[in-house]
Amino acid sequence: MATRRPYMRPMAGWWRRNPFYLFYMLRESTAVFVTLYALQLLYGVYTLTVGQAAFEAWLARLQHPVYIVFHALALAAALLHAFTWFNVAPKAMPALYLGTRRVSDRTVVRVQFVIFFVVSAIMLGVALGG
Amino acid sequence: MAEQSMPNQSLNQSSQRSLKRSNEPVFWALFGAGGVVAAFLLPAVILITGLAAPLGIPSPELFSYERASAFASSWAGALFLFIVISLSLWHGLHRVYHSSHELGIHRGPLLSVIRLVCYGTALGGTVLSAYWLIAAL
Amino acid sequence: MTQKTIDIEVLRYNPEKDYKPSYQTFEVPFADETSVLQGLQYIKDQLDGSLTFRWSCRMEICGSCGMMINGVPNLTCSSFLRDYYPGKLRIEPLSHLPIERDLAVDQTDFLQKLESIHPYIIPKENQSVEEGPFKQTPAQRERFYQYSECINCLLCYAACPQYGLDSDFLGPAAMALLHRYNSDSRDDGKAERMPIVNAQEGVWACTLVGYCSEVCPKGVDPASAVNRNKVNSTLDYFFRFMAPKGAAE
Ligand code: SF4
Ligand code: FES
Repeated sequence: MATRRPYMRPMAGWWRRNPFYLFYMLRESTAVFVTLYALQLLYGVYTLTVGQAAFEAWLARLQHPVYIVFHALALAAALLHAFTWFNVAPKAMPALYLGTRRVSDRTVVRVQFVIFFVVSAIMLGVALGG
Repeated sequence: MAEQSMPNQSLNQSSQRSLKRSNEPVFWALFGAGGVVAAFLLPAVILITGLAAPLGIPSPELFSYERASAFASSWAGALFLFIVISLSLWHGLHRVYHSSHELGIHRGPLLSVIRLVCYGTALGGTVLSAYWLIAAL
Repeated sequence: MTQKTIDIEVLRYNPEKDYKPSYQTFEVPFADETSVLQGLQYIKDQLDGSLTFRWSCRMEICGSCGMMINGVPNLTCSSFLRDYYPGKLRIEPLSHLPIERDLAVDQTDFLQKLESIHPYIIPKENQSVEEGPFKQTPAQRERFYQYSECINCLLCYAACPQYGLDSDFLGPAAMALLHRYNSDSRDDGKAERMPIVNAQEGVWACTLVGYCSEVCPKGVDPASAVNRNKVNSTLDYFFRFMAPKGAAE
């Protein structure tokens, strides 16, 4: 009988092997920005409880180019997260039916984008419209 | 009742090692809720607090202490901030924890430490944001 | 007119001689309709009879000819050499699975997993021949049909890094088939299958990379089977004390 010696290939560096994996890792890395931003916002809430001076010092610090760049990156990450999240959402939610007709994944994705734009417009309107 | 319809009972059992119910649903539910919140709300929120506010666009008065604290001390505003902060943390840190596995930390004490730090931070952020927001009400 | 040729680089591994796999390149003549599988068959027939690989139907039915073509899991019988010309091809056995010899992988792990999910209808009560078959409406059939299209080709396992990192994970196709039976109106075996879903080795090893559904040649969308069952498992987790076991939809 022939010898059996099954060979297992190593996984190290797997995410560099395929553009699909690379994009997946980019998707996952948005979490770093989401986390850092949330901590940053938490700190902002904290300054509100301390008082006006603390809040204004915080706002002034955010004007530093490092923070502006950070927030620009965080915005890009949040947008990438939103895009990828809406696209995979149909895979995670139960299949939807209208009567006996299955609602297509593409419709589900589109509806989310519409909601996203409406909600974002409302938030920006309320916050920046004065 | 099922016995007759299971031709390979013995093999089934041999391949079905001890299966333990995972507690992951707790973390996944928070991750998922946070993912929804981050996707629908974060882009606009970051644009407002991270870019518009420090740059004073369209006008600096919009980001005065009075207006910000009025928002944070209203019930709706406090709830909004609490949801955005806490769920974003649960979402983000859950992914960070899973990435450490993907990048080669499979088991052992280091993975446990990362897990503790990730979920501990999320829990801490949740408690602190609730505390500060309630204090400001 | 001279015949066009293309270089095929093949990962070779002979467990009796080789310490680890290495590449060997063959020059293969091809026509417009030559499949990658036929390219390999040319090598075996004309250049090196020892090359080992699996195939059977040549028509995307049997699921035995899956390999990595330039790093992408694919069925070799429905991929064509012309699409890679004038570049070359690098053919490797399916990723994440143990190499038995050359391009043939060991499928034992998957077959055991497939068996573990009870891949057959477990009726509430068996029906005698006189009582006739179990009836099902087209709408009921539609709920599971896509998941029943799986041909066990294992491209999705080769696509799944979580399976590669930890092969305890049940994996895409086995979960798709589990979901196929759980969603069948004639089946009543959900309670037996839920413990598999609920385990870390069940749905919880998945991070929705999503590549499995991308490479599946049959449109099964195994990623949706895994991730819809995360919802099922979560409901089962929180409502297990309220509803009878496995009752969460
Ligand atoms: S789900 Fe698709 S890729 Fe996976 S084994 Fe079945 S047919 Fe192949
Ligand atoms: S030879 Fe059967 S699927 Fe390719």
